[in-house]
Amino acid sequence: MTSPFAYARAADTQDAVRLAAQPGTAFLAGGTDFLQLWKAGLAAPSRVIDIGRLALDRIEVRDGVLVIGALTRLADAAGHPSIRHELPGLAQALLASASPQVRNMATVGGNLMQRTRCLYFRGADFACNKRAPGSGCSAIEGENRQHAILGTSSACVATHPSDLAVALVALGASLHLRGVAGERRVALEDFFLLPGDTSERETVLMAGELLVAVEVPRTPQRSAYLKLRDRASFEFAVVSACVAAQVRDDRIETIRLAAGGVATRPWRLKACEAALAGARLDDAMLRAASVLAAEGARPLGGNGFKVELLQRTVHRLLADTLVPPPTSP
Amino acid sequence: MNMPTETVEIGLTVNGRSHRLAVPASATVLDVLHDCLSLAGTKKGCDMGSCGACTVLLDGRRVNACLALAAQQDGREILTIEGVARDGALHPLQAAFIARDALQCGYCTPGQIMSALGLIAEGGAKSEAEIRESMSGNLCRCGAYANIVSAIVDAASGPS
Repeated sequence: MTSPFAYARAADTQDAVRLAAQPGTAFLAGGTDFLQLWKAGLAAPSRVIDIGRLALDRIEVRDGVLVIGALTRLADAAGHPSIRHELPGLAQALLASASPQVRNMATVGGNLMQRTRCLYFRGADFACNKRAPGSGCSAIEGENRQHAILGTSSACVATHPSDLAVALVALGASLHLRGVAGERRVALEDFFLLPGDTSERETVLMAGELLVAVEVPRTPQRSAYLKLRDRASFEFAVVSACVAAQVRDDRIETIRLAAGGVATRPWRLKACEAALAGARLDDAMLRAASVLAAEGARPLGGNGFKVELLQRTVHRLLADTLVPPPTSP
Repeated sequence: MNMPTETVEIGLTVNGRSHRLAVPASATVLDVLHDCLSLAGTKKGCDMGSCGACTVLLDGRRVNACLALAAQQDGREILTIEGVARDGALHPLQAAFIARDALQCGYCTPGQIMSALGLIAEGGAKSEAEIRESMSGNLCRCGAYANIVSAIVDAASGPS
């Protein structure tokens, strides 16, 4: 099932991008998702370009933003003082990801690029449009307890598995992408594509383009990540949510919310945000706004429970994070 | 520019001994330990990073050897279960596993011990709850978890 690949180590970013211009090439960083895909026959590049030693593993604390190198290990990002103190929701999402062993290997960039955990995608015996475009979706009429209720299409209902991406969308992060023609910047929420009828295409990343950094605003605010799963640890989210908000006296001044485990990409909860921004904090209001989290949801046969679970997850997250309000400075 | 090759020359220090190896480009550290170095103590369980049986320390940090490509590890140091005892004496953590009866079949034990060594080095073994959370990457299908946690508590609190 596995087909051997050739290996080359990139000397620098330019070298990496140039080597990747050839079809059949894959970038290799931490390798934790790639090797699983390769062993399952889901990735079969003829050659891999090892980018693991490029100088993209640093976190720069700049005025107003944190620039996280794409090759920063999840464990190192989680332990970074600025992330721990200024962006607790991000640190919590990182520590809720995978296992300690995987967090020592997996990179921030690789985490954002990881493929779905949909069992029909990972198990090669079933039809899957993401794996074999045009073959159909086995999940829509199959075992779909873990699948998406938001952002789905008739071609694909697989969830995006990253915890980190959910936190970064809530925090308003953007990505630095490097190609042969130079560098461009894309907001993370615009980076991931809805499946539509091209579910095999998951991001706006172009062939040969390399994700080099994640930029996160250092807005003074509260943030938190709440992840619910089927066991206490080392498991993907059934439902998760992240909030980033500025609260003054008992009023929410700004707020961004995103959810995971429920959608085909990290899901911004804009209806909740609109109901909460400027609102006075009280539990009845938080509860009413949380109901809007599931706006537009289209549950499948096995995942209808996610509608209420998402609403309750958002409510608990908001109540735990925003209430009681801080005393004004 | 380096051109892609099917075989990769690497230098690897394993349990204090340095090796020059020509490894297949797609070989994992786990396969190289078994097939090139005849070190069978590191176990292959799921081979997908889910069970932790293949845990080793790579430059002092715990990783899944089944998800680490050998070609990427040129110049790095690996510690496996075979390198934990010193001068014929068990490491205190190994002794604690025996004293606490922290295993039944033993297949997961090398990975449990390497993971716990990594955890203690990270300073993360301060409470039983923290140990349970931080050992979540290591499965034990015999269910010896309670005794594994006790063994780690003993080793983390004793002289190392």
